[in-house]
Amino acid sequence: MIVLEPRPQPSRALALLSPVIAIGLTLLAGGILMALMGKPPLEALRIYFFQPFEELWMWITLPEGEREMWLYTPAEVIVKAIPLALIGAGLAVCFRANVWNIGAAGQYTMGAIIGGWFALSAPEGASGLLLAPYLIAGVLGGMAWAAIPAFLRVRFNANEILVSLMLTYVAGYLLDWLVRGAFKDPLGFGFPQSEDFQDAFIMPVLVEGTRLHLGVVVAILVAVALWVMMGRTMKGFEVRVIGAAPRAGAFAGFSRDRTIWFVLLLSGGLAGLAGAIEVSATVQQLQPQISAEYGFVAIIVAFLGRLNPLGALFGAVILAISYIGGENAQILLQLPKAVTGIFQGMLLFFLLGCDTLIRYRIRLMRPARG
Amino acid sequence: MENFIISMIIAATPLLLAAIGELVTERSGVLNLGIEGMMLMGAVIAFAVANSTGSSALAIVAGAGAGAAMALIFSVIALSLLANQPATGLALTIFGVGASGLIGQGFVGIALDPLSKLSIPVLSDSTALGRILLSHDVMVYLALALAAGVTWFLYRTRAGLALRAVGDNHDSGHALGYNVIAIRYMATLFGGACAGLGGAYLSLAYTPMWAENMTAGRGWIALALVVFATWRPGRLVAGAYLFAAVTQLQFYGQDWGLPVPSQFLAMAPYVATIVALVIISRDVNLTKANAPACIGKPFRAER
Repeated sequence: MIVLEPRPQPSRALALLSPVIAIGLTLLAGGILMALMGKPPLEALRIYFFQPFEELWMWITLPEGEREMWLYTPAEVIVKAIPLALIGAGLAVCFRANVWNIGAAGQYTMGAIIGGWFALSAPEGASGLLLAPYLIAGVLGGMAWAAIPAFLRVRFNANEILVSLMLTYVAGYLLDWLVRGAFKDPLGFGFPQSEDFQDAFIMPVLVEGTRLHLGVVVAILVAVALWVMMGRTMKGFEVRVIGAAPRAGAFAGFSRDRTIWFVLLLSGGLAGLAGAIEVSATVQQLQPQISAEYGFVAIIVAFLGRLNPLGALFGAVILAISYIGGENAQILLQLPKAVTGIFQGMLLFFLLGCDTLIRYRIRLMRPARG
Repeated sequence: MENFIISMIIAATPLLLAAIGELVTERSGVLNLGIEGMMLMGAVIAFAVANSTGSSALAIVAGAGAGAAMALIFSVIALSLLANQPATGLALTIFGVGASGLIGQGFVGIALDPLSKLSIPVLSDSTALGRILLSHDVMVYLALALAAGVTWFLYRTRAGLALRAVGDNHDSGHALGYNVIAIRYMATLFGGACAGLGGAYLSLAYTPMWAENMTAGRGWIALALVVFATWRPGRLVAGAYLFAAVTQLQFYGQDWGLPVPSQFLAMAPYVATIVALVIISRDVNLTKANAPACIGKPFRAER
């Protein structure tokens, strides 16, 4: 019989190794899935997960003049990783406090709506300096939406998982209503979309020939700042204590309610920022589909990054690769987009399963008698 | 009004099926947030079976089986490997959305004959009451029968008592000699099978076709219903019908000439869920009285 035996100390090595094992198992299971679907497994996995690395390698090795085109796909990975990292870093802090904000998708949408409202109401010829208030408007939109589950949890004890999730649907319908009504482009041929944002509200591109934009700097700064906060400040300590041992936290004078407010506003604000950055950098207008599913996928990012804000950067790149791979596989292998979701779900399954090894040893034992 | 009530009963059925299963799961101390994924798998597998065999009975069974298979994945990771339950449930939903989309890609745009409806001569169609009570398909009655069966099981049988005991205090349950993990496996699989039935209802009867993500958050609403019902099956039935009435507003609102944009009517079920959660949760005594004390906590036998 297989039993789990607790380790005297959680294994630090396995805590770092577990995501690697999980990625390996996902590739293995993914290969089997591809074979079952009648696709060449190695070729499929290459397209899904390794193509961006190959192109990056081409860019590194080829001489100047021939290499520029190879940077596009690796840059696209980073472009996809930016919103995932921003949301994932915030969720990492939130989950550490044992507060389950799973409505980041709604907060992301509200960030895009409030940011978009600001951008669309600016006068013609707006100054580029307005990009900062645009992003702040996005943060405020996300915070406002996350304030609802925070308030209802603290005041009425309502479950934040369900409230934040329900608000995701509400935000989606609100966006749909706005782009078909108040925000609709009068010259848009009746399509449900807003006018294009003015140049002032477009994230500046950092590398010519790619879509890599300033958001990457924002995402890295945010991750580092949150990492410092969690590891080096009293606030971070408070969040960790409240999450791990709420009673001990209460004796230490930490307020559970204040922590709930703090982590929900933080993660909501970052999700809102991600929404504002994403619409400004990619679609450059408001429309019904603004990739709000990033809000859910960022949950995997947070776990893959060990609920550590810096780790979320790593997790975001891995998930972004799976997105880009999914898009390539749609074209090259005629695989449906849904396969990406299967990979992402499997990754989280394997990761959670492997995490057991951090705290437990697997032992083979004869069934006890008597 | 008659049509409104009939469509309310139909809309309540998938919610009731999924929620009654989750109620049993949660009563055993397990929080499975993957209902949405299990429902979607139930929906697509039931559709596939109905489409290829033409047998609705087989399709219903297959839908339940698909939901239970998904719940088995959850159980292995969350119960045997002691993983974080909310995270495992979310993974189940993400996986289920993807897997059902992949399986269902060939079925988009195919329509099925809906499940046949009960038709007793004279009784089923001559009066409004007959049409409201006696003109539905088998799953509408199955959902109600399941709710009654669960009530009987939880409060009138020894096994039900053991299940509740394990949910309230797994260490005591273990000390009494109950196999906590085995009980939780069974409760979780039952929950999965019910969610699969709820999904099957959507693709076989509610809208007899397959569409990606056709559950549209019903799995989450079912979760909220369990809280709203304070973990009691009787209140769950009432809650499901109440919620279904709110859902129907979006279809009847425009007929009745309500001056509200369709998007706001579509928001109604989600907003109503939040309102209901707040009303129930603010009364701590009401929730604490029936909430399983060990919900979401992993159990490992120390000896």
